[in-house]
Amino acid sequence: MSYTLSVNGRFHDVDEDGETPLLWVLRDSLSLTGTKYGCGAAQCGACTVHLDGRPARSCSIAVRAAVSAQIVTIEGMDGAEAVALRDAWVKHDVPQCGFCQSGQIMSAIALLRNIKQPTDQDIDLAMSGNLCRCATYTRIRAAIHDAAAKLGTST
Amino acid sequence: MTRHPSKKGRWRHRVKIAFASIFGMIFVAAAAGLGYALYPRTMPQTQMIEDRLQPAELDRLRQVSDFDEIADPTVRSVALFEEAGRVIEHPRCMNCHPRTDRPTQTEAMRPHTPWVTRGADGRGAPTLRCSTCHQAENFEASGVPGNAKWRLAPIEMAWQGKTLGDICRQLLDPARSHMTREELLHHMAQDELVGWAWHPGANRRPAPGTQEAFGSLIKAWLDTGAACP
Repeated sequence: MSYTLSVNGRFHDVDEDGETPLLWVLRDSLSLTGTKYGCGAAQCGACTVHLDGRPARSCSIAVRAAVSAQIVTIEGMDGAEAVALRDAWVKHDVPQCGFCQSGQIMSAIALLRNIKQPTDQDIDLAMSGNLCRCATYTRIRAAIHDAAAKLGTST
Repeated sequence: MTRHPSKKGRWRHRVKIAFASIFGMIFVAAAAGLGYALYPRTMPQTQMIEDRLQPAELDRLRQVSDFDEIADPTVRSVALFEEAGRVIEHPRCMNCHPRTDRPTQTEAMRPHTPWVTRGADGRGAPTLRCSTCHQAENFEASGVPGNAKWRLAPIEMAWQGKTLGDICRQLLDPARSHMTREELLHHMAQDELVGWAWHPGANRRPAPGTQEAFGSLIKAWLDTGAACP
């Protein structure tokens, strides 16, 4: 069946079974491979995208359920929070293998849009659904604090 | 006149035979391996998710009429609630009635992963909502359960760690259940989130019986004076 998806500000027509996970449509049909397949069971957060501004695990959303949403992937992410986090990620040399990082950044952007100056507890809570097998958690937390500080001084 | 090979020549001949034997065995093994690899066989076939999942064993609930032989209304009321308690104390229900701010999951009622918290509205913290993973319905491809009303019960309605009698008295206390008896009956018998317990998806074990049978037990319990164990 044909579905029209709004992804990163553009409309795409895809011909898929309605029960296909959104993740596979993004990766296989739209070639947006920045969103990663980790566990396929909403346990790791590697497939995080934004639906109407909220983080969601694209492995656990049927494509037919995403037709009315504004979908944003890591490729289309923009704005002050995204830029601040990207700079902080580079500064703190956060990624190790890097596989989980697009999901981490998508969750971190949503965090900073909700809480401008998050505490360690805020970060732990918001990011607890994003696993990193390289255990870069301390660098992720430091980078989020850094980005928040930069955003605080620039506003 | 016959020429006998020299001692050196005999050894050279034996080494040649040995190497020929080794290469011969390697060739035969490689040919056998290639033959095995190329031998046509049935490839793994695609399978519907429903077929892959193990059918969950269904438990039955006793009917209200099964309790008619109990003459004493109070004893009958307690017996009805104890039968309904098989649903109330089932992991499908208890997992969302935790005594902390963190739900539990699975038949073992282990702490929920990822680490989530109830938030102000029972639907998660603003930065990690239940809806980050749980959608409006079960999603078989990932096995993640879902319902449009997915949320935790209020902390005043914590059931975990309590006896069935304590849960009973809690249900009847509007200050803690936030429900009148009519609303309580509606919640148990018709609420679609409660109804998810009988349609949990994947290979989760559903609550015993049906929501209709459970609702009938709750109604009969209320009608017989709502006595608690």
